Amino acid sequence: MLKLQSVSKEYTMRGQTVRALDDVTLDIERGDFVSVIGPSGSGKSTLLLVLGGMLSPAGGRVFVAGESIYELSAERRASVRKKTIGFVFQTFNLVPYLSAIENVQIPMFLAGASEADQAKRAAALLERMGLADRVHHKPSELSVGQQQRVALARMLANDPAVILADEPTGNLDPETARAALDFLEEMNQEGRTIVMVTHDLAAARRANRTLRLAEGRICDHSPKDVHVGLGAPVETSCGKA
Amino acid sequence: MKLRTLVWREIFERKNQLATSFLAILLGITAIVAIKNVTFYSEKAVARELDALGANILILPKSVSLQDYYTADMQGEVIPEEYVSRLANSGLQGMDNLSPKLSVAAEVGPKRVTLTGILPKSEFSAKGAWQGAGVFGRPEGCGTVVDLPGGPPKETLVRKRVIETLGSHEALIGADVQSSLKLKEGDTVELMGQSFTAIAMLPQTGTVDDSRIFAHLHTVQKIANKGSVVNAIEIVGCCEQISKGLVQKINSLLPEAKVVTITQVVDTQIKTNQMMSKLSLVFLGIIVLVGGASIANYMYANVFERRREIGTLMAMGAGSRVVVRMFLLKALLLGLAGGVAGYVLGTIAAVTLGPQIAGVPVLPILWLVPAAIGVAVAISLGASYFPARRAARLDPCAALQET
Repeated sequence: MLKLQSVSKEYTMRGQTVRALDDVTLDIERGDFVSVIGPSGSGKSTLLLVLGGMLSPAGGRVFVAGESIYELSAERRASVRKKTIGFVFQTFNLVPYLSAIENVQIPMFLAGASEADQAKRAAALLERMGLADRVHHKPSELSVGQQQRVALARMLANDPAVILADEPTGNLDPETARAALDFLEEMNQEGRTIVMVTHDLAAARRANRTLRLAEGRICDHSPKDVHVGLGAPVETSCGKA
Repeated sequence: MKLRTLVWREIFERKNQLATSFLAILLGITAIVAIKNVTFYSEKAVARELDALGANILILPKSVSLQDYYTADMQGEVIPEEYVSRLANSGLQGMDNLSPKLSVAAEVGPKRVTLTGILPKSEFSAKGAWQGAGVFGRPEGCGTVVDLPGGPPKETLVRKRVIETLGSHEALIGADVQSSLKLKEGDTVELMGQSFTAIAMLPQTGTVDDSRIFAHLHTVQKIANKGSVVNAIEIVGCCEQISKGLVQKINSLLPEAKVVTITQVVDTQIKTNQMMSKLSLVFLGIIVLVGGASIANYMYANVFERRREIGTLMAMGAGSRVVVRMFLLKALLLGLAGGVAGYVLGTIAAVTLGPQIAGVPVLPILWLVPAAIGVAVAISLGASYFPARRAARLDPCAALQET
């Protein structure tokens, strides 16, 4: 479903080149649930952005559903994101001046759905999230947990096959975090492919497998039952997964 | 959810930030509309005044010095009558009436009078070659308020320096002549051995015209043995066309003649028009600069403030076109609101203050509605284009960066 072939990405900051991804090759099957861990600056978020078609790599190719997305025009790439990918952000990124239902409608509006269809599906998704009585509340009128649920409903609006989650539990209390992970698992069981970047090892263990990134390279990939330490030294296997 | 819902909600969410830009464009449009409105009616009023003065351009022999506008045709020098044909066939816009004149001294009994030959308007109409040449045509905005045909002949002669019809032995009697000779309509007047029927008594004008007797030009030419010449050609020039260089055009057409105008009146009109035009341009410049800069500044700040939101929209599949449209739609709404409100305020200001400032009654002008909206929208869209483009080129990664 998602495939990286020798992908590299570098940033230049204050005259210094930082290698965010270094010749990364990765294959994520349809329906897989992969967590990505690693210290700050290891390239986790860059990996997620590259997979989401939002950050073009300096080298290599990225495939989403068999399509080399960086060989497409920016508009076509946006279209792939619209139809195939759902993002979950650490701080939810809800549009502050729109109500919960309007926030959920945004991806459907971008996909060209009619207003009636948008409203119907958005209301159903919010109801599924237990927010039927909060549809017309603005984000500032919702609790953090409720905001996260609105963001998850929005992510599901266009029924994406791939979910890319950036620290989905980073801003949540343990109970809400557990609920969010339960939800991701549920999404995975529905057949969606999930890539989740996290600092939380407990959260990482909920995935089918865990990738550890260090200095832009994949240093380890472990099945669910293997503990992967954040501070573990870079292993010789870095770079292939 | 539609794009306009998104834009509308955002405008109301941050309306205070938008207020400065709205105010800048509102005040600019208000000023332009008010000035244009007052100028329009001021020009109309001056045009009407000039029109009421009668002929405002004189064509004279080169050697004649103009002491008195009303006695310019009484100095003996002559120009060919053919100049009238030249003017009539020139196609020049803005000549409302042509009136050639030949004046000779004459006596009616003991009284000395000036016998002035004039060409009635019917002579122009009779000449096929002159028709459609633009004479008596009234260009738009000329300000003429009285139509000649149908009006009483004596009134039109006094007001317009032209008369519709005049027989070869008919005469119009000036007020002084009439009172001193005790003439009345239908009386016969002996002039230079010819009998003329007094067809009308002219009202008092306070000028030398009161001491004149008017007869047909060609009759006067014949009895005075002058040939096809005239002393002067009076033209009722449309004041707007005069300000656009009608006098210069006549000068080019008749280089052998002297062309003079009621310069004080025309100059005032020209100066007023020019000042108002310049003032409008100044305000347009100010609104473009201040309004445009204010909107551009606001839009850039808005793009910066919303970079995370824009990144999120892009992550959800918004292409650059959607982002550009989002900002330009906002600019369009801003321009529309500024244009409409500016028109309303400007019109109220013009209608209220116009009579005090310009001394003329001012009414709303409907064609200023599209003009005001057009200017406001153009400025708003123009100023927002680059910020919108910047928004479309934002790095969508901003959506994932923590604030």
